[in-house]
Amino acid sequence: MNLKQEKINGCTVLYIKEERIDAHNSGELKETILHLIEQGEANIIVQLEQVRFIDSSGLGALLSGYKNAAAKSGKLAIANMQQQVLSMFELTRLNRVFEIYADLNEAFDNET
Amino acid sequence: MCNSIIQVEVIIPTQTKYLDLIGSIGEHIAKELDDYSGDREALAYHLNLVLTEATVNAIKHADHNDPKDTVRITIHIQENELNIKVYDHGQGFDLESVPLPDFEHPKEGGMGIFFIRTLMDSVTYTRQGDCNVLEIIKYLS
Repeated sequence: MNLKQEKINGCTVLYIKEERIDAHNSGELKETILHLIEQGEANIIVQLEQVRFIDSSGLGALLSGYKNAAAKSGKLAIANMQQQVLSMFELTRLNRVFEIYADLNEAFDNET
Repeated sequence: MCNSIIQVEVIIPTQTKYLDLIGSIGEHIAKELDDYSGDREALAYHLNLVLTEATVNAIKHADHNDPKDTVRITIHIQENELNIKVYDHGQGFDLESVPLPDFEHPKEGGMGIFFIRTLMDSVTYTRQGDCNVLEIIKYLS
């Protein structure tokens, strides 16, 4: 899975450089997020700008990250979601669980 | 109404790297449908998702002792009915016992069948000979 990490304002921004998150690559996403949290990086923003498709296992990987971050008093937020991807969060009511931002600027405005 | 007949049959090894291929077929079909009056982009996503989830389900329930095991997927559109069948050779499972997700206390798994049920019009899972068949129907109006 093609991922990029960047540390901005004390947060780790994880850019998903894939068009598709499904059962083929969601395990790797889950492990990457878990690894970050274990290293003490429990404030994470996942940037989904390039992602045009997510399946149930992709949502599960993000939810796993959310729960693991919360367990370490951190949080996992999501930014730059495409409309069709957002509709999957709405269908599963996960939009009520995650903090969802239009872009990274909005995410950081809310962090400070 | 869609008067043209489309029939597609794909057989893949039980590996998740083929999910993109299967999902893409559904997406392309949605974009090529004649006379579909609904939200074509939404239908494209939904077919991609449903085919992906159904194929993952078949891979999960495949015969993992057989490295040559395959999943067969058929897509058939006639008139206004879109019919998807996904065949696996595993032990099968009880579709009726799959619960709705707990939206108040969401869990990582169990959303795949929910997506299929919510986005399509009919879902059944039956034993046919040496296969199990997940049959999904969507009416295109």
